[in-house]
Amino acid sequence: MNTLFKWRKLRNKLFIISLSLAAATCLAPLLMVVTYMLQKGASSLNLDFFIRLPVSVGESGGGMVHAILGTIYMVVLGSLIAVPMGLIGGIYLSEYGKGGISRALRTAADVMTGIPSIIIGIFAYILLVIPFKTFSALSGAFALSLIILPVVIRSSEEILKLVPQHIREAGLALGLPRWKVIVFIIVRGNLSGLFTGIMLAVARASGETAPLLFTAFGNMYFSASPLEPMASLPVQIYTYAISPFEDWQRQSWAGAFVLIMLVVSVNLGSRAILNPRALRDFFRRS
Amino acid sequence: MAETPNENTKNETTLDQGGFVFSNSVSSKLSGELGDKIAKLIMQTVAIFILILLAIMVFLLFQMSAEAIKEFGFGFLISSDWDPILEEFGALPFIYGTLITSTIALAIAAPVSVMVAIFITEILPTKIGQVLGLFVEMIAAIPSIVFGLWGLFFLAPVVRETFTPFLKSIFGFLPFFDGPSFGIGILTASLILAIMIVPTITSISREVFRTVPQHQKEAALALGATREEMIRLAVLRPSFSGITGAIVLGFGRALGETMAVAMVIGNSSKISFSLFAPGATMSSVIANEYAEASAGLHLSSLCLVGLLLFSVTLIVNSLARLIVWKFSPLSRSQRQEKK
Repeated sequence: MNTLFKWRKLRNKLFIISLSLAAATCLAPLLMVVTYMLQKGASSLNLDFFIRLPVSVGESGGGMVHAILGTIYMVVLGSLIAVPMGLIGGIYLSEYGKGGISRALRTAADVMTGIPSIIIGIFAYILLVIPFKTFSALSGAFALSLIILPVVIRSSEEILKLVPQHIREAGLALGLPRWKVIVFIIVRGNLSGLFTGIMLAVARASGETAPLLFTAFGNMYFSASPLEPMASLPVQIYTYAISPFEDWQRQSWAGAFVLIMLVVSVNLGSRAILNPRALRDFFRRS
Repeated sequence: MAETPNENTKNETTLDQGGFVFSNSVSSKLSGELGDKIAKLIMQTVAIFILILLAIMVFLLFQMSAEAIKEFGFGFLISSDWDPILEEFGALPFIYGTLITSTIALAIAAPVSVMVAIFITEILPTKIGQVLGLFVEMIAAIPSIVFGLWGLFFLAPVVRETFTPFLKSIFGFLPFFDGPSFGIGILTASLILAIMIVPTITSISREVFRTVPQHQKEAALALGATREEMIRLAVLRPSFSGITGAIVLGFGRALGETMAVAMVIGNSSKISFSLFAPGATMSSVIANEYAEASAGLHLSSLCLVGLLLFSVTLIVNSLARLIVWKFSPLSRSQRQEKK
């Protein structure tokens, strides 16, 4: 009995020590990856990066202002397409989430979140690049909207599902029609939660490269026309990274730094604003 | 995501009762009922629109692939010739590349992630664990292009200079570790995939562990279990299906991952059993060749590769969801608690 007890205690100690060591050695590389990215990115950043256009091939200097503008342009355009639809879809799922349509929509949103982003690019290519016969900002924005849409649908559904049932009943008991309960009580009372979901979706979309490769394609200057190719930060990072010029590679690190900062600040910010478990769970899963 | 059909039915009936009470009030009867109808109609229209959009896209993808399907048929899956100039297309090199990189990544990432998740939730003090958990989630949010950049400029040289000689000195006799390494290749792609899916699997496993009721752990400890036995019996065993689901979900993410892989795999459509050799995955070949493939059979074949990838990730993701949310006794009991 005594030896068994000793053996169990020993095994416990061994288990905890070895697990801790192993986990620490696994976490260390992750930490190194991030510090390397941040270091390299921060040291590559300068003001020119934000305010200047690229200079001609091989010369050093210049910046990515066109790509930054392009990313903002397409993300905003994509959000304009996806966010209203996504919100309405999410509200529908949370408030009327029973019938066949809702079940189909929920499945569709789940399927869409799981589609690899490169396939989203193919969809946008077939739907908008082939008919217009040109790479365009519009097709890029559409591709991004397909990334944003399912995330907004599911995150707003999860947020609104957290609203206690008695709040809806209280509204109805006051004689309000159901749509007023939805708009003025359910939605208005949860604006910050809905907003957080949208921001996280948008942040994710603004880091996407694959769906833009053959939709928005790329461009070395900025044009505001939605029917012309447009540069974006991630695609520009990609183009510069695989180029042989050292200064371009430096700039792609600077771009990466901007992307990391964007994503991390939106994520941390959303956590600071509010702490909806359901939303975090959702983003973790998808 | 925790669907509760029963809860929904309950909501619906209470709401209907509310509507019934309301419809008795005469003055705003029409506007209210009409407004409700319009609101519901708008929502349903949007919902149906989204469904149709998805259906159209999948249909168009089929249509675009039709030419390649007609030309190559089933042989597309087993032919290893991919030659845009001779217009010979077979997807086997990419299927192989996708499977081998994702499998290696999973083999590395799965045990690591579960270990890290246990370490964070069960062994570290709560506060430190939370900070580390947050850190892991932040890594999951970093765009894949950034990982690709890191892989290209940091990992690839390290693989060439450190990993390759090391692996060769031990396993050099195996065909997997044959030939020279240029840094970029299947091994580098697998490693980067592993790093990218560790945060995913860790986060979900953490979530699964967190659903283990506190009293269950306390019960184990109260019965005299050591910490190790408590973790094994009260935490790991009931979480088994949840962890499996998390791992499958990580696999799905690895299958579809594009940019990071495209940047470090070397893009060669030759099948090579050496892990040091360059290769290509289904997603990386689409990323690399799609913009150049203007029309015709090449484009169609790439669409077919896309269709394959779409189907595979769809199956894997559905499987993961099924495992996590249907077969996990924990999530079921949690759902009941929520009610």
